[in-house]
Amino acid sequence: MSDHTEPSGHSEHIVPVSTYLLVFLALMVGTALTTWIAYIDLGRWNTVVALTIAVTKMVLVVLFFMHVKYATGLTRVVILAGFFWLGIMITLSCSDELTRGWEIVPQGWNMILPVVFRLF
Amino acid sequence: MAELATHGAHPPGFAHQFEDIEQQRDAGRLGMWVFLVTEILFFGGMFTSYTIYRALHLAAFIQGSHQLEVKFGATNTAVLIFSSLTMALAIRAAQTGRKKGQIIFWLLLTMLLGALFVGLKLRFEWYRDYVDGIIPGVHWFYNGPQAPGVKMFMCFYFFMTGLHAIHMVVGLGILTVLVIMTARNRFSAEYYSPLEISGLYWHFVDIVWIFLFPLLYLIGGRY
Repeated sequence: MSDHTEPSGHSEHIVPVSTYLLVFLALMVGTALTTWIAYIDLGRWNTVVALTIAVTKMVLVVLFFMHVKYATGLTRVVILAGFFWLGIMITLSCSDELTRGWEIVPQGWNMILPVVFRLF
Repeated sequence: MAELATHGAHPPGFAHQFEDIEQQRDAGRLGMWVFLVTEILFFGGMFTSYTIYRALHLAAFIQGSHQLEVKFGATNTAVLIFSSLTMALAIRAAQTGRKKGQIIFWLLLTMLLGALFVGLKLRFEWYRDYVDGIIPGVHWFYNGPQAPGVKMFMCFYFFMTGLHAIHMVVGLGILTVLVIMTARNRFSAEYYSPLEISGLYWHFVDIVWIFLFPLLYLIGGRY
């Protein structure tokens, strides 16, 4: 049995207020940016940019507000597993639905690309 | 036994099935994260079907998205991000051993922002949607272009933002309990786990909205 007589906050990393404020600012900038870019015609890239900004905001919230940057490896594995399973759900569902009505004529891998582009 | 004599083995809130308080904290956080993973998949189901229907009916989804007002979506996004900051600061106040008044201040501010989010939604979005007749199954008299597809989009909109709003209200309930617990001196620099774990839940709800905003309000651009 290990003897923990050190102050119980010894492993609890306390994030400085300045870090929280910086993250907050970055999130607000991201929101403004994504709103602003929506009014500019980038064609298919609008969605890519919007999702990239959204994922960046999520990573900031997860790492700093949710303290995952200072969390155990086990916690991180669980989080990554969650996103992996989400990825499986989206990928397999899309590959089912978006390939319906296809005739069974072998045409090679370049038949996949138009389907992928329909996502954007 | 010698261990029992040292304060370190019995910090406040310590549950004896754990090796030490550190393990207890890690277990608490991990447990909450496991729940949040189920929530990712819960919302993920809706995001999945949204993705498929959007790919199949993009023009109708663009039309549907234009029924929503970007300024309310953007404002609400800012409100929620701000509430995540105040929640993080509430936990930090507990971590650094501040007086309970300060913790309660940040918690109440978080609740105010959460309530503001729900209030803005109800009053300026959903009520107006009702008046405009674009709530499928409840009040629907949209006769613009792409009506069937727009109806499908509005179904997604109300189900996804509705589920999110329910999570917000539950979060407000949790925060109420936290305020009461704080007022009753339950927390200290050694023990603030309920605050931290509830914070994880609150940030998660924020993250869901961070994705809902661009996917529902900004489809196809606004040019």
